[in-house]
This record gives sequence, structure tokens and C-alpha cells, in this order.
Amino acid sequence: MVERSPFLRILAHAILIVGVLVVAFPLYVTFVASTQTAEEILQAPMSMVPGSHLIENYTAALKGTGMGAASNAPVGRMMMVSLITALVIAVGKIAISLLSAFAIVYFRFPFRMFFFWAIFVTLKLPVEVRIGPTYQVVSDLGMLNTYAGLTIPLIASATATFLFRQFFLTVPDELVEAARMDGAGPLRFFKDVLVPLSTTSIAALFVIQFIYGWNQYLWPLLVTTNETMYPVVIGIKRMISGGDAATDWNIVMATAVLAMVPPAMVVMLMQRWFVKGLVDTEK
Amino acid sequence: MASIELKDVVKHYGSGKTAVKVIHGVSAAIADGEFIVIVGPSGCGKSTLLRMVAGLEEITSGDISIGARVVNDLEPAERDIAMVFQNYALYPHMSVFDNMAYGLKIAKVPLDEIKTRVDKAAKILELGQLLDRKPRQLSGGQRQRVAMGRAIVRQPQVFLFDEPLSNLDAKLRAQTRLEIQKLHRELGITSLFVTHDQVEAMTLAQRMMVMNAGVMEQFGTPEEVYHRPASTFVASFIGSPPMNLLSAAPGARAGSIMGIRPEHLDIGSTGWELKVETVELLGAERLVYCRMGDETLIVRTDEQHTAPKPDSIIHVAPREDRVHWFDAATGKRLP
Repeated sequence: MVERSPFLRILAHAILIVGVLVVAFPLYVTFVASTQTAEEILQAPMSMVPGSHLIENYTAALKGTGMGAASNAPVGRMMMVSLITALVIAVGKIAISLLSAFAIVYFRFPFRMFFFWAIFVTLKLPVEVRIGPTYQVVSDLGMLNTYAGLTIPLIASATATFLFRQFFLTVPDELVEAARMDGAGPLRFFKDVLVPLSTTSIAALFVIQFIYGWNQYLWPLLVTTNETMYPVVIGIKRMISGGDAATDWNIVMATAVLAMVPPAMVVMLMQRWFVKGLVDTEK
Repeated sequence: MASIELKDVVKHYGSGKTAVKVIHGVSAAIADGEFIVIVGPSGCGKSTLLRMVAGLEEITSGDISIGARVVNDLEPAERDIAMVFQNYALYPHMSVFDNMAYGLKIAKVPLDEIKTRVDKAAKILELGQLLDRKPRQLSGGQRQRVAMGRAIVRQPQVFLFDEPLSNLDAKLRAQTRLEIQKLHRELGITSLFVTHDQVEAMTLAQRMMVMNAGVMEQFGTPEEVYHRPASTFVASFIGSPPMNLLSAAPGARAGSIMGIRPEHLDIGSTGWELKVETVELLGAERLVYCRMGDETLIVRTDEQHTAPKPDSIIHVAPREDRVHWFDAATGKRLP
């Protein structure tokens, strides 16, 4: 701010505080609800003070020993499924995008620009648009209720390819030539020079893609019918019973909190590289 | 160590009717251990020529041989050469040691051999304390030395330098020039050095190639190039201030151009009548810009000589034995 009037400063802080409250309050309610019993939650108004059933509720959620009418799958297992899915999607996306960007930037082959644009155009085609045919393919290949079915259709990534392409274009040509002088073949150059130079971009993408993979909802909802293959996001949905049956809201809330922890951890632990990857590159 | 031979080397960019010819058949023989400078204005094809020797550009036609072996179709790494790039092209994520050792590691040189060679090069270039640093922690001059170190450790047959001094400040450039000379004396490796700076060319070269628009105008020792320029281009490109080129000098033959260097014109009481336009003092000497009819001339005089006043008339006598003649149509030197 150019002006340093006290009023503007108070106003700015007030807006920020309100913003934080708006974001944080639902999280707080979720947490409070996850420490109460199902009956306590249903009282109106609900108590805003954390209850005494924290450990009880979380063990129940993790082990799947809740009393709810709907799904009672153990959340521990779901977290595992989510973790594996998110990791495979993030790592797979990064690996494939690195390689395809490498091909597009450093090799001359027929229809190079066509392939580039073909990849680029798929940016406009998210999973939801192609969900029918993709489901058909995955189902025909017998990949329903498998990790392959959960991850492979989500791995191809135009965004990441495009990002790496832009990064590779900024790598000076002289570096490529120096590597050729040193006798490094294309893959050697890729492994020894390009990948190490891209580490910050890779870290930033990992964060984005891990959360993308973790938060997948529609696709896992379609391809998983078996409780042992539910990712945690789907698990929450399945715990909420429809109709008049009672829902263990305390367990649902505990699950929701658990589901939030890994992405939050990834963001916090990788924050430094994440920001670095988005704002600067080591050249 | 090896000789280099260029035979009718031609380079086109593109093909068919839209092809752009950038090198028009250059032939030259470079002896083992020579230090050759390729000099010319920007866009004359000097870097392209060097990159063709390096194997970074394809040769459209002609042959390039290194040590009696035609290398036209060899990869850069197989040509037994090393190159120092203008922007040094150091690997930013590797330490100085790894930068120098990378080529050797790929060539599967044993680790202790790599260490000996890198240490030796680091000693020559005074990089000993910097081996663990990353390139971004080095100054421009240090990076430049690492780039040279990377070339030295490979023990190549030929060194190629692509304007390696152009990113250094003036003082460092002069110093590095001396270091390169010393290095060449010590190692005696055949070197090709590209520059657009004639001072670098004159001071470093054992022989120099003067290029203009894809044509090699002259190939000779700095003395030859300076004292017997092969064309009006060489005459005006080499030497500062450039040679005076007069098409209507008194006593000139028809269809020819007279060339005379500013330092070979003596101010006296006889000779050509010139009108003084401006005078510049460069410390030890003075440049007098004059006009004779439609043509401008530069006369170089000693600083102790009294400065002529602008708009005054001076008399200047050319030293007859220092006058050059060029063909007006082709620009080539007349015998």
C-alpha cells in the first residue's frame, strides 16, 4: 500500500481476519464434531467446544468399527488406497510429462507440432468430458476395482507437459551443445542435466498433482465398487447413508479430518520448493 | 595434436530456392599447433564455420579434416576436440569439479585418472580452491576459466573458442588474453578462436582468417593482414582508425582505389591540401579528420605535434612506400 494511514491498515487486517475465519471456521466445526458423540452433534445448537471422544472416534474410523447404517469400511485401508493412488498419479504424471516434453523440445520428428498441439488440446478435455468412453475401456480391460483402473486414466497430463516444455525452452542451447561435446547422448543429457535442473518444477508439480490425485472423486466413484478399493474421499461419501437411516456424523467428521491431513502435510513440507518452483528456476 | 584442413566448405540454411548461403566455399590448411583467429563483423559466418568444425552444424558440401581424418559425419564427441562457449555453458547444478569431469566420466575414464587431470587443469588455471563451488557462486572470469578447464581436461587434438572473452570486462579481457596465449605456449594444442574484436585477433593470432559475408577475404599472419591487406574490406576492418580509402586521390590510376593508413600521412608544408574538420586527442596521439574534395581522411599525428585548428588548411604527404592499391570494381588488392 502506498498510503500508510492507520485506518487503511486496520481495514486490511480486518478483511484478512474475516477471510481466515471464513476458511477456518468450517474446519474447526469439522474438528469439533469429530470429538463428540453422534447424539451430541445432533443437538441444536451443536456445542462449539471440543468433546471428549477424540481418540474413540478416530480409532473407530481408522478400524471401521463404527455403528453406522451405511458403509463401515476401515479408513486406515482407504487412506492407503488414496495414498498409493495419489502417489502413482503424481509420479506417473511427472515422469510421462518430462519425457514427452523432452521429445517435443529436443527432437525433430515428422508432425512434431501436430503432436504438441494434440497434447495441448487435451487440456480442454478433462476426465469428466471423456468419462463414458474411458469407463468403457477400463471396464473392458478388467481394470475396475484395481489401482491400475484408478490411476492410469488420470496420468496423461497436458498441463505438466506444457509446463516442462516451457521450462526446457528456457534452457540455453549452449548447454545442449556442451553436453554433445562432452559425449552425452540424449538420455544421458536428460538424466544428468535436464532432470536435475527441473527439480524445483518437479517439486511444485508433485504438490499440485498429489492433491489432484488425492481429491479425485468422480472417477473413483465410478470404477470402485468394492470397499477394499475405496479411496478415502469416496469412503466419506459411502459413510453417509441416504434416507432415514442414522449417519454416524462423528465418524464421518473424523474421517474428513483424516482425509485432510496428508495433502496438508504435503503442502506444508514442500512449501519451500513449491513456491520456488513456481516463481524462479535455477538456470 | 593435429592439423585441420577445410576444403571448399559450404553451408546453406534451408534447401531449394529458399536456401540461404552463409559460407561460400572456404578452404584453408591449418598446421599442427597453430593458433588461428577467425575474425569478421557479426553475421559474416565465422561462428558458423567454427561450429561446423565442432560438429554442431552440418556441412552442406566440402570436407573438414582433423588430423588427416575427414570428420564431416562424426559426432562432436568423436572428433577429439573441445570447445569454450561464449556464455561458458557450464552445467548450473554441478560443482566446478563435476563440470570439468563430466566429459571424462562419460568417456569412462577411471576415477583416479579424472582426479589427476582435473587437479592438473585446476592448478594451471588457479581454480584449486573453487572445485566445490557451483557456477553461480563464481565471477565471470572464474566461470570463463572453468570453461577452459573443461576443455583442457579432455586433452583434445583441437581447441575451439567461440568469442570466449566477449562477456568479460575490458581489464579481465586483456588479462585472459594473455592467459590464453600462455596456455597455448604451454600445451601447444591447435586452436581456432572466433572473435569480432580485431585487437584480440591481432594479439592472439599466429595466423588470422578475415571473413566477410561468408567469404574468407584473407588468411595470413597479423603482419601480412595489416601491412598487405588483400582487399578493401580487410583494409578497412583491420586497424583502428581504419585505413583511408580514396577513389579520387591525386595521382590515382583510373578504376582503382588508393589506400593509406592514417599513421602513414605526414603533416608538412607540401603534399595534399586538406581542410581540417575535427580533431580528437586519444592520449598519446591525435586523430585529425580532414576533407579532400568529397572524401574524408583521417590523419594520425603525435600528441606533441601542435593540433591544427578546425577549418584550417593543412598539407599532408603520403609515404609512397606505404600506399596500397585496390581494384575499384572487385575491391581486390592490385599488385
